[in-house]
Amino acid sequence: MSHRYLPHTQADIDRMLERCGVSRLEELYSDVPEQLLFKGEYDVPSEMSERQVREFFDTLGAQNSRLVCFAGNGYYDHDTPAAVSYIVSRSEFLTAYTPYQPEISQGTLHYIFEYQTMMCRLTGMDVSNASMYDGTTATAEAMMMAVAHARKRNRVLVSSTMRKAVLDVVATYARYHGVTVDLIPEKDGVTDREALAAMLDDKNVAGVIVAQRNRYGIIEDYTGYADLCKAAKALFIMNCIASDLAVLKTPAEWGADVAVGDAQSLGIPLSFGGPYLGFMCCRNALIRKLPGRIVGQTVDNDGRRVFVLTLQAREQHIRREKATSNICSNQGLMALFVTVYLSLTGAEGLREINRQGQNGAHYLAEKLQATGKVKLTYPDKPFLNEFCITTETAASEIITRAMERGILAGVALDDHRMTVAVTELQTKEDMDCLTEIVNAL
Amino acid sequence: MNRELYGKLIFELSKPGRRGFHIADNHLPQTNALPSELLRQEPLDLPEVDEPTVVRHYTNMSTNNFGVDTGFYPLGSCTMKYNPKINEEMAAHPAFTHLHPDTPASAVQGALKMYHDLQLALSEIGGMAEFTLNPYAGAHGELTGLMVIRAYHDSRNDSARVKVIVPDSAHGTNPASAAVAGLEIVEVKSRPDGTVDVDDLRPLLDETVAAVMMTNPNTLGIFEKNIPEIARLVHEAGALLYYDGANLNPMLGVARPGDMGFDVMHINLHKTFSTPHGGGGPGAGPVGVRAGLEQFLPSPKVVKNADGTYSLVCDDSSLGHVSAHLGNFGVEMRALAYILSLGKENLSKVGPLATLGANYIKESLKDLYLLPIEGVCKHEFVFDGLIDKSTGVTTLDIAKRLLDYGYHAPTIYFPLLFHESLMIEPTETESVDTLDDFIAVMRKIAEEAASDPEMVKTAPHNTPISRPDDTEAALHPVVKYE
Repeated sequence: MSHRYLPHTQADIDRMLERCGVSRLEELYSDVPEQLLFKGEYDVPSEMSERQVREFFDTLGAQNSRLVCFAGNGYYDHDTPAAVSYIVSRSEFLTAYTPYQPEISQGTLHYIFEYQTMMCRLTGMDVSNASMYDGTTATAEAMMMAVAHARKRNRVLVSSTMRKAVLDVVATYARYHGVTVDLIPEKDGVTDREALAAMLDDKNVAGVIVAQRNRYGIIEDYTGYADLCKAAKALFIMNCIASDLAVLKTPAEWGADVAVGDAQSLGIPLSFGGPYLGFMCCRNALIRKLPGRIVGQTVDNDGRRVFVLTLQAREQHIRREKATSNICSNQGLMALFVTVYLSLTGAEGLREINRQGQNGAHYLAEKLQATGKVKLTYPDKPFLNEFCITTETAASEIITRAMERGILAGVALDDHRMTVAVTELQTKEDMDCLTEIVNAL
Repeated sequence: MNRELYGKLIFELSKPGRRGFHIADNHLPQTNALPSELLRQEPLDLPEVDEPTVVRHYTNMSTNNFGVDTGFYPLGSCTMKYNPKINEEMAAHPAFTHLHPDTPASAVQGALKMYHDLQLALSEIGGMAEFTLNPYAGAHGELTGLMVIRAYHDSRNDSARVKVIVPDSAHGTNPASAAVAGLEIVEVKSRPDGTVDVDDLRPLLDETVAAVMMTNPNTLGIFEKNIPEIARLVHEAGALLYYDGANLNPMLGVARPGDMGFDVMHINLHKTFSTPHGGGGPGAGPVGVRAGLEQFLPSPKVVKNADGTYSLVCDDSSLGHVSAHLGNFGVEMRALAYILSLGKENLSKVGPLATLGANYIKESLKDLYLLPIEGVCKHEFVFDGLIDKSTGVTTLDIAKRLLDYGYHAPTIYFPLLFHESLMIEPTETESVDTLDDFIAVMRKIAEEAASDPEMVKTAPHNTPISRPDDTEAALHPVVKYE
């Protein structure tokens, strides 16, 4: 009996075999040495009907807890407009390959061009690529871009205030790519500018990577950084959270050469870590060093405005080992996701979403402090919708207690520090409940 | 597919004062905590559009796109099989989509079991000891696999191994991934059928070689039957053998990379395991290793404890983190849904039926298209253009003419071994009726090439746009709307 995904009847198979001049399917593998043939069945479950598959995932899903989410750490619980989920599920977008045939891929190419435009406007930069896997790998790519740009210098400085997930991935890429990564010390929750200046004195630095917001949720003041980097001929790279850029001074306004980061906060579901979206933008002068795909505008034979993948001479399928990166895919469908999201929210909607998170975070921070059980780790530093608290009780203990009440209280940074984030999705009641839990410690 | 170009950009639909999304007021006091020097100076300019306009815009835009659901997509090396709809439903399951990746393990046991179940299934299918699902894409998997290999050599203080040998027929990502992993590339020439020449390989294998990367079947769809001998030589030289899983599909149910002697492999879930390509991602590139290499896999890992619960662990010997969490989790859910839907009874049919389809097309067209390598192929094969070269009709022209007939083009000008490569991969989810229609069209195009070559050379004629000016795009890049 044939399976619902496999249309071949026995008669079809027989006719096809005849055309191929063989009588059995096994003969198509006559070139595979006998000792390599896999005998028997895979040790995996038996075939399931759709209903059984649903039941399987329902059973698994019942073993996850539904929690009110005050966790952030780079990934935020935002509302997803129904129209976004609807558009990205359209099979014309969903089931297409990379747009290598522009004549039948204008759908994909149009939205990537829109996406690139929106990311340029958010970051203030000149150029955006067609997207990256996520912010951690995008930052690692920026590090490699800095080293390739500098040619002989292979040292990159990264602020200690960078999120751990980014630091970890950058460290892995650096180790194998032959890049020396040194951490710029932090002082009172922000990057130590004097320490950076001293580190740049060595004149062997290819790039400087800082975080905005940083791992404590703090918005840092990067005044003067671009000049320091320029004097040292190092690329100035900023890792950002895309949605923040509706309100924050842009990487371009800070004088950055490259802007990278996570764009999950533009309505992409948390989905236990992915798929998310990374972005990567740069100044015009660096466009030929930018990894990944880029869509450009041109005309067709009939003079119509159309879009194509362009500057492909940078890429692995042309340049092989000399490519700017090994990256092949982008994160196409997730780029569509944020493009539709930003089309719906517009700038004002995005500012409003930011404002609500900010109002909530400041309200919650005040309430939590009022309990006397925790205090803001860096009380004088500005933040948007995420802040760091120092706890008397172990941070893990607070998280455990809150989970019993259906709340994910935040993310522990170490034994007695944790970050807490607020978006438009947590209510005043949720915040008061978390405050009550902390108060009862 | 709509053959009229829609062509508008969202920016052109914007009217001040419109919007497409509202949130409820949370009734909290307003704060203005940020000093002005930290705020944007130039106001953000995004389109202002209502919801119906946004939905109509993207719906119309989508109709200028061709997907697997639109029609046959014989794109070689890309395994454009049907993307089952139940997979999408499962990936959108709210019990998973709401999970923050930093949630403590006790509250995400179902998600961790999902990861572990898929890891086990892939290990079984690959013939490997353990898989990580953390890499985000195929190329990312290659990079991770090469890092595993370097971590292994480093652990033995065997640090002079700086070279990776790749066949000249390899996918472009292979050498590019090796370069990113800090390794030098040595190309081994392939024989006319694209298979690795053992005699050419042997002298290259010395104490400076970290790994040999291969795909089997190779990019010409030919099975490397010398693989046991190659594996023996590679291992004798102290190097490891890497399997590029891009061509795994025809091996399902037939032979496992682990049994062929491969030490490390990646799988493209968006190829072999039916997850959608999404117009270029998100994919997923799990990496498997043979016994003895598990400790080098990236962190974190999902482990099953003696009491049946699951935990996240970071191994001291691990190469480190290659991604923020556990990879593209939603893509992994789709792949597991696919494996469960097929089950052991049908997974083993996938390889032979994919191979049958490819051979059927090859045998049906080889009197008109130049088949450089005779004999059975696996899931894909390569024509070197038309047999009759006198018409001047190229592979590019044939590809473009196929678009007129409602087919996606095959992969063209790859592999680089032939001038006019036309690489066709049908997959097992295409019926013989679809293949017959495709064959008829390919025969018609061969006829047209003889009777009206100019028409074929100027194809496509029946698509939303005609051939775009790529040179202009690269010469004067316009990469955003202004």
